[in-house]
Amino acid sequence: MLSIKNLRVSINGKEILRGINLEVRPGEVHAIMGPNGTGKSTLASVIAGRDIYDITEGEILFKGKNLLDMAIEERASEGIFLGFQYPVEIPGVSITNFMRTAVNEQRKYRGLDPMPANEFLAKMEEKKQLLEIQAKLANRSVNEGFSGGEKKKNEIFQMAMLEPSLAILDETDSGLDIDALKIVAAGVNKLRKADNAFLVITHYQRLLEYIVPDIVHVLYDGRIVRSGGKELAVELEEKGYEWIKAEIA
Amino acid sequence: MEGITTTYNVKDTLLKLFDDNVARISSNNPVEIAEMRQKAIAVFAQKGFPNTKLEKWRNTDLSKVLNHDFTFPLKADTRNVDIEKIFRCDVPGFNTYMVAQLNGWFIDRGEILSQAAKGVVVCSLAEAFTKYPDLIKTHFGKYAPFADNALTALNTAFAQDGVFIYVPDNVEVTETIQMVNLIHSDDGVFVQPRNLVIVGKNSSLRLVQCDDSVDDQVGFINSVTEVVLAENGILDHYKLQNKNDRSALINSIYFHLEAGANLSTNAISLNGGLIRNEANVLLNGRGAHADILGVYLMDRNQHIDNQVFVDHAMPDCTSNEMFKGILDDHASGVFNGHILVRQDAQRTNAYQNNKNILISDKAVIDTKPFLEIYADDVKCSHGATVGQLDSEAMFYLRSRGIGMENARMLLMYAFAAEIINKISIPQLQLRIDDLVKKRLRGELSVCDQCVLHCNSREQKVAFEIDMSKI
Repeated sequence: MLSIKNLRVSINGKEILRGINLEVRPGEVHAIMGPNGTGKSTLASVIAGRDIYDITEGEILFKGKNLLDMAIEERASEGIFLGFQYPVEIPGVSITNFMRTAVNEQRKYRGLDPMPANEFLAKMEEKKQLLEIQAKLANRSVNEGFSGGEKKKNEIFQMAMLEPSLAILDETDSGLDIDALKIVAAGVNKLRKADNAFLVITHYQRLLEYIVPDIVHVLYDGRIVRSGGKELAVELEEKGYEWIKAEIA
Repeated sequence: MEGITTTYNVKDTLLKLFDDNVARISSNNPVEIAEMRQKAIAVFAQKGFPNTKLEKWRNTDLSKVLNHDFTFPLKADTRNVDIEKIFRCDVPGFNTYMVAQLNGWFIDRGEILSQAAKGVVVCSLAEAFTKYPDLIKTHFGKYAPFADNALTALNTAFAQDGVFIYVPDNVEVTETIQMVNLIHSDDGVFVQPRNLVIVGKNSSLRLVQCDDSVDDQVGFINSVTEVVLAENGILDHYKLQNKNDRSALINSIYFHLEAGANLSTNAISLNGGLIRNEANVLLNGRGAHADILGVYLMDRNQHIDNQVFVDHAMPDCTSNEMFKGILDDHASGVFNGHILVRQDAQRTNAYQNNKNILISDKAVIDTKPFLEIYADDVKCSHGATVGQLDSEAMFYLRSRGIGMENARMLLMYAFAAEIINKISIPQLQLRIDDLVKKRLRGELSVCDQCVLHCNSREQKVAFEIDMSKI
């Protein structure tokens, strides 16, 4: 589904990603771990299409299409979703209207008519119940005055509404208490299917107790220095990142 | 008859016009007012129109908009005007008592205000001069000092008509009063409406002041409004401005607040060749409070200038200024916020902010906060920002599949929403909200109708934020 080959990325002349290779297949959950400042969020942003980076080498294919040729919104409509580490506040725009705009623009891209209002509302209701989100959230302005936990729940809600084939969750666990973390993780687990995939970016192993990954990668200094099963996350938690640094030194 | 058409010098023309017509202009005036006019015309004769050498006019140049042939309607338009034909307000569920002015002259539509029995008066200023000379003597010209303001002086000299509103003590006016100032003429007009609003003790009033062009003719409007709120009086005031690109609108308002009075004024500028709003607020009694808000959306070569002067003269008053603007193309803007805290005004709390988004690199904003504080126990803060649309927010919206154009509009709308959400009349808020969206989509250029009456209903576009509750 997602195939990254020898991806090198810099910003302002500074190289952040130095040759990333990654294969994600439908149905898989990949975790990307690593110390702060090693390029995890850069990788997420580059896949989603943020245009402040220079791609100096390599390619990203998504369902066989060249992702790097596509605009941000095209990638979204092709099925990529990025859950933000710091979701943006949009005052004056309700989540309902925001999502309806997004859903219908994606449908337009795929050559579909706008979703009828009643169908859309039913879908909102269904996803809210699935994720145990209170009704009042939907009428509030997007992220405005939300707590950290509410913002992250709102990201998962948007993901549920947009039904992406690849969801990238960038440090979704940061700033969450354990109860919020459980709700967010349960939401992700309910949305796991045979034909979609997840890329879960996290600093800590904690989240991976609730979202169990198939493959764990360690990103360090712009490269994936180790990949393994879910036990790698446990090992990292026990030994710390110093262990990896010492090994590759 | 019409006034004089000029091709040379508007100032000289006006001075001559005054000399020739002073008897008629002052004919039904109390003697004090006639004297005031003489003083006022002397100020204008000495100062002339403001030019860009003056600090307060450095970035607003009137010379171009004055360089036209004008007619000066010194008498009411005697043509049989069917106001319903040129203007109709269609805000759904928005029951207002509408008073219309055409080219500066009040149009009596024979409507009866439901609270007339309680002593509430809404009539033309010309009528008030003869019917309520005591109120005129007490209030007219008392809140709008003209010694330092040539345009207010000019208006005071010529002021013949406009809207007069009087609310006695202890009356809550339930109808929203809507003042509609229409300019509709075969040739360029120079008009000077003058309004006087008196709100008694413990009384309240909602006032919507609309300035609209009905055609694309050149026009120069020099409007002055005096507002006095007696103790604990409340005024909820809106200015809606949708003028054509060839018009100049100077809208000067002088608010005088006594103890415990509460003012909210919101200037919404959607279109206009040159708009200058001067809001002067005098907090003249303990515990008075003023919210002074504004939003402006300008493009092409339009120019918007907001001058706000808040005078904290007494202790324990609060004021809150927030102006937000979006400027595109070659549009230019000025914000000048002056807060004066006098020595006696202890425990003042004053806040001021001006935020701008410049869409094109040719758009310009000149924003200047100015705090002048003579008391020592004061909380004052100010801020000004000028920026582009937030790139992080753009990325966020586009990452959900929303295209660039729609994402831009959503963010512009979100930026303006902070002010629009403060409109406390729900139907009006909905309508303004709708107009702002239209404006941002480029569908509201110069409406042929009132700012509140748009014939072109919402067009089908992929992006829509509707506020209908779902």
